[in-house]
Amino acid sequence: MAVTLNTAPIPAAGTLQRSDMLSLLTAKAKLVRQQTVRLSGIAGAGHYTGTFSCAELLAALYYSQLRVRPAEPAWPGRDRFVLSKGHAAIGLYPLLADLGYFPAGLLDNYTRLNSRFGDHPDMRKVPGADFSSGSLGHGLSVALGMALAARVTGRDYLTYCMLGDGELAEGQVWSAAMAAGHFRAAGLVAIVDRNQLSIDGSTEDVMGVEPLGDKFAAFRWEVRRIDGHDYDQILEAFGYARDRADDRPLCVIADTVKGRGVRRMELDKDWHVGNLTGPDYDDVMVELEAGLQPVRSLG
Amino acid sequence: MTGGQAAGPQEIAGVFRGSAGTAESLRDRKPTEQGIAARSIPTFVAGEELADLADRDERIVVLTADLASAGRTIDFANRHQDRFFNVGVAEQNMVSVAAGLASAGLRPFVSTFAAYLALLCCEQIRTDLAYTGMPVVMLAHHSGMTLGYYGTSHHALEDLSAMRTIAGLTVVCACDANELRAILRASLGHDGPVYVRMGRGRDPEVYADVPDGFAFGKAIRLREGSDIALLTAGSQVRPCLDAADTLTEEGIAARVVDLHTISPVDAAEVRAAVDDIGTVLTVEEHNITGGLGAAVAEVIAEHGRAVSFRRHGVPDVHVVLGPPAALYAYYELDAAGVARHARNLLQHASHTRGSRP
Repeated sequence: MAVTLNTAPIPAAGTLQRSDMLSLLTAKAKLVRQQTVRLSGIAGAGHYTGTFSCAELLAALYYSQLRVRPAEPAWPGRDRFVLSKGHAAIGLYPLLADLGYFPAGLLDNYTRLNSRFGDHPDMRKVPGADFSSGSLGHGLSVALGMALAARVTGRDYLTYCMLGDGELAEGQVWSAAMAAGHFRAAGLVAIVDRNQLSIDGSTEDVMGVEPLGDKFAAFRWEVRRIDGHDYDQILEAFGYARDRADDRPLCVIADTVKGRGVRRMELDKDWHVGNLTGPDYDDVMVELEAGLQPVRSLG
Repeated sequence: MTGGQAAGPQEIAGVFRGSAGTAESLRDRKPTEQGIAARSIPTFVAGEELADLADRDERIVVLTADLASAGRTIDFANRHQDRFFNVGVAEQNMVSVAAGLASAGLRPFVSTFAAYLALLCCEQIRTDLAYTGMPVVMLAHHSGMTLGYYGTSHHALEDLSAMRTIAGLTVVCACDANELRAILRASLGHDGPVYVRMGRGRDPEVYADVPDGFAFGKAIRLREGSDIALLTAGSQVRPCLDAADTLTEEGIAARVVDLHTISPVDAAEVRAAVDDIGTVLTVEEHNITGGLGAAVAEVIAEHGRAVSFRRHGVPDVHVVLGPPAALYAYYELDAAGVARHARNLLQHASHTRGSRP
């Protein structure tokens, strides 16, 4: 099934009625999921489920929150976004193309020899990617550096960092969390895509991360916990991040469903990396076109 | 944001000051007399030098991992508190935080023991600094076995090997305070990460002034000679010069080259040693596997000319315990040891040549 990128002009944040905003974000999350399926088809494999879980979060960030200038990717005053769970880059690229950072047609060469676009983002090759990632556990430290740089240079940008929940087993995350609390890095917003699974299974079976809110709070962060597929809650939390007076860094724990949007993949660890082919590919595209359905109950 | 007093630095400075003496001279000294040799000067000028540079360059920020005193970055913190970050004992976090700072246009200098920078943070250096091309300068102090009886956990005898295999990373050794100053100044004009291998804080002087025209990848020929070339760097430059003095008295003329940049190595200077002299000894405070000697060997092998060549360094072992000066004597990395290895190589070279048809 052919899926083209939306090339309609992007409305400036704040200019949309709420209902229009929800429609826009819903369309962008669908774009993330469908393009993830399409690009995985080019590569012959893809990180489907960990990208689907953060589709609403990515859409809300880029179309309602981030102060960026796609025509000027290196604008010093821009908000930063570090995708610490770099394997979700396949969902980020289509949004960056949609926003105008680069022509969408470049993605047709995804992962092919000499492509700019690999499974993990390269800041030297992808306009709009604020930092290269892929090695889990580094991103929060890098984002903390960006937030401290804002302080040193007298800028007021915010730095957002999206982490996976499996990633939280990396010790460096907690060194960064400790330092961010210590330095009172109020301009730092961590978003945990709490999609419940790492590669080998449930995080609570492989390496438990709960009680997660208590952990970040103990590291001197302000913590909000939301449903990461519910735009009302996402927009409320992100809007709060921009305007709050608290001098602690902010952690938004977004409870999500790994694989959200494709029933056969939801909370199935075996789709962390997979490859849809033939009729399965078409079926999934149709399913995604219809929009999110209630989450399949675990049984 | 400055840290408190680190637990070990004063002790470290007290125990390890002094130049690398011979075993004999050490025996003659009482512990309290292990003072600074006449020409030794403090080498840890980085904090002070960076503070001076930062007076004019707003991009400079400095980070440490609870070793502000041991590495003397405290001298920077005292003058530029708002541009100094002590991240605590979290070296990997420090390197990645520096990457984030650099991405926003700043010029971070991170400072801690070489063992933890190069070995513990190897992957952060590769992925967050070199792959991304971030202009972060790493001040890797107390390299080699300068931490003496602290043991292998605190030694960095593998750092050159690990660092020089990382693409896009400049690896350079400072032999004394003035060369360190030159390196720091050069690094500010360099577009990419730099690993600076430093000694223990009080190293005997090699350069009376900051060397003119210092450039990464451009070796400095300190002494001319036609019998043997000593290619060295960092802590071994002074012992090589002293060994050359001894050899002169025996009628052996040694060329001594400060091959300060290990990556990219000055291949032309290495080839010149082969072509001009034909007998080459590398001397390094590092495992002979993978370090300066290996970098030179690679150039020599591809040069394809006959040469008598040996690597002198730590012979692929975890070193025994002892104070640094005793270790230098034990592993023949003092002036007497270097001279001995030079004589041996020359003898070997004459035998080899003599046996040829």
